[in-house]
Amino acid sequence: MTRRNVLGGALLGGAAAALSACAPPAPPAGGGVAAAKLPQDLSATEKVVRWANWTAYLDYDEDAKNYPTLEAFIKKTGIKATYTEDVDDNDSYFNKIAPQLRAGQDIDRDIFVFTDWMANRVIREQLCQPLELIRMPHASNLLDALKDVSFDPGREHSLTWQSGFAGIGYDRSKVGRHLKTLDDLWAPDLKGRIVVLSEFRDTLGLIMLSQGVDPSQGFGKQQFEAATAEIDKRIADGYIRRVKGNSYLEDLKSGNAVAGIVWSGDLFVLRAETENDHWQFQIPESGGMLWSDNMMIPITSTHRKNAMTLMDYYYQPDVAATVAAYVNYVCPVQGAQAEMEKIDPELAKSPFIFPSAAYLKDNNIKGFRALTPQEDAEYSAAWAKVVGN
Amino acid sequence: MTVASAHVAGGGTTHADPAPAGGARKRSWTAYLLLLPGGLWLLLFFVIPLVQLFTVSLQSGFPGYPGYYYRDVNIGNYGTALTEFAGHFGRSLLYAGLATFFAFILAYPLAYAMAFKAGKWRNVMMICVIAPFFTSFILRTIAWRQILADDGPVASTLKFLHLLPGGHITETWMAVVAGLTYNFLPFMVLPIYASLERADARVIEAGGDLYANGFTTFRTVTLPMSMPGVIAGTLLTFIPAAGDYVNADLLGSDRSTKMVGNVIESQFFKVLGGFPVAAALSFTLMALILAMVFLYIRRFGTEELL
Repeated sequence: MTRRNVLGGALLGGAAAALSACAPPAPPAGGGVAAAKLPQDLSATEKVVRWANWTAYLDYDEDAKNYPTLEAFIKKTGIKATYTEDVDDNDSYFNKIAPQLRAGQDIDRDIFVFTDWMANRVIREQLCQPLELIRMPHASNLLDALKDVSFDPGREHSLTWQSGFAGIGYDRSKVGRHLKTLDDLWAPDLKGRIVVLSEFRDTLGLIMLSQGVDPSQGFGKQQFEAATAEIDKRIADGYIRRVKGNSYLEDLKSGNAVAGIVWSGDLFVLRAETENDHWQFQIPESGGMLWSDNMMIPITSTHRKNAMTLMDYYYQPDVAATVAAYVNYVCPVQGAQAEMEKIDPELAKSPFIFPSAAYLKDNNIKGFRALTPQEDAEYSAAWAKVVGN
Repeated sequence: MTVASAHVAGGGTTHADPAPAGGARKRSWTAYLLLLPGGLWLLLFFVIPLVQLFTVSLQSGFPGYPGYYYRDVNIGNYGTALTEFAGHFGRSLLYAGLATFFAFILAYPLAYAMAFKAGKWRNVMMICVIAPFFTSFILRTIAWRQILADDGPVASTLKFLHLLPGGHITETWMAVVAGLTYNFLPFMVLPIYASLERADARVIEAGGDLYANGFTTFRTVTLPMSMPGVIAGTLLTFIPAAGDYVNADLLGSDRSTKMVGNVIESQFFKVLGGFPVAAALSFTLMALILAMVFLYIRRFGTEELL
C-alpha cells in the first residue's frame, strides 16, 4: 500500500459518497401548498423577522440611515426586523433561492416579495407557507380588486406589497424634450443611452401595446415574437445600452442612461435621491403596464407568526400611506388615501398611488395575461436569447 | 518554488536535528498525518463539489416541471455548451489572452524597477501594488464603472478629443479587457518581482563584463532568470481572467461582450432549467483551461515551476 494508493482511494471514496448524496430534488406531489409540511414555528422564542425586498421599495431616512416605519414596527412589537434589498429581478432571485427551498434549507429570510406571475410559480411549487388570515386583522383592508387574484384565490398565501406601472422614464434636463411614445425613445441623440427592464412582461407588454396588441388577453406566439423582434433590433442597433433588473437605477444615476422603460415609483425615489426634479415618469400614449408584487413566507421560514405580524402591520392605513408617500407606488390598502390627506394632500390625488378606474381605462393601462407553463417556458427562453442570457 | 524554499532555508541558521532513529515506517505515518488536514479540505471542498457538478452536468430536465431535474447521462448538455456558446468560449480566451498580454507589458517594467531601481521607494511601491487588495474586487470594478461613465472624466475627455467613436466606454470590449487587466495586474507583478528580486546581481554584472550591451544582457541573462515568475504570473492572470464574469457583467454589454462566466451565471440564475448546461459549461471551461495550461507548461515551463 503506497501513499498514492491511499490518497487515490480516499478520493474515490469521497467521490462515491458525493454521488450517492446528490440526487436532485423531485417535483412536488399533488395537493398544493396545503399538502406541504410546515416547519416548526419559533416566533415565540426568536423575536426576529427577515425580509427580502426590491430596491427603492420602503420609506428610507437618508440621515438616520434607517427605515422609519420598520423602526416603528420594531419598537411596537419587539420583533427585530431586518430588511435587505435582495431582489433585483424575479428570475435571478427565484433561481438563486429555489434550489435551497426545494431541498428544505433555510434561506435566512422570512418574507420575500415576487411579482404576480412568479408568485404563481412559488405557490404552485409549494415553496411558500399558507397565511393565517384570522391572525391578521388588518389584512382585510386589501383593495377589493386584489382580493381574489387568479394565482391565489382568497389570498391564502400572499398579500400584495405594492402595485405599479411600467412606462417611460427620463431626465428632461438631459433629453431636452418630452418623451411621449416608445418611438420617441429610438431617437439618434438617445442612441446607446436607453435602459430597458429585464422583466419581459413589462418591456414587451409596452412594446405590444405600441404595436396595437392587448397584452392582457388572447395574444399568441406571433404577437409575442413581433414584440421580441423590436427589442432585438434596438439592442442590435445600439439604441438599448443594457437590459437590467432593478439595478437600471444605477445607470440612470451615473448618467450612462438618460431614458428607458422603468417602474413608476422608482423615478420619484430617484428624484429625491439625486435631488433632481427633472426625472419624469410617463405612461406612453399607446398605454402602460400594471403589475403587483406580493409578500410571501418561504416554506423553510421558522418565523411564520412574526412574518404575519409584519405583513399585518403594513396593512394599517396610516402605515401604508407613509410608505406610499415615499415609494410612490400604487397602494393596495383601503383607507390609505384618507390617511394620505393628512400627510400630503397633493399625493392623495396622485394617480400613481391611488389610480381611479377611469384613469386606468383612459390611459389604456393593462396587466400582462397569465401564461400557461408551456408558454412561460417558451417565451422566457426566447427572451433570454434576445437579452444575451 | 523549490528555489525559494531552498533560499530561505539556506539563509536561516540551521539547527540540524539528526533524523529520529525510528526508521522509515514511523516517518511515513508522519507524512500521512501532515497530509490529512489538507487532504480532507480538498476532499470536502474540491473533490466532492466537483463530482456533484459533474453529475449535474449530465442531468436532464423533468418533463413538465421546469426547474426540476432527474439523474441521467445526458451528453447533449455538452453539445449545447459547445455549439450554442462557442462564441463565448472564444471571447473568454481572447479577452483573457489580451488582459494577460497587457498585464505583462505593464508589470514587467514595474517589477524590474521595483527589484533593481527603486531603492528606498521599494516598499512604497510594493504597498501601492498590494493596497487594492484591501478593497473588495467587486467594489473596485463598480468604481471603474463610475470612472468610465459617460459623464465621467475619462469619457468626456476622449469625447472632447474625438477619440471615442461609439460615444461611450462602458459596455464595450475595451472596458472589459481594461477591467480584467487592472484586476489581475498584481498577480502578474508579484511573481515577476519575486523572481527578479532573488536573481543574483553578480550574474547580470558578469554579462556586462563579457562585453554584452544592456539589451543583450537583459535578453540572455535577466529575462531567462525571471522566466519562472513570468510563467507563474501569466498563469495566475490568464486562468482567473478566463473564468471571470464580474468585469464583463459590470463593464460589458448584454450580448456582444459576454464571456463564458456570464452565460454560466445566467444559465444558473436567469434561465429556468439551465443548471445542467451551466454545469456542462463550467466543466468544459475547466477542461479547456487545463489543456492549455498543460501545453503551456510543457512548452515554456521550467523545473522550478513544477
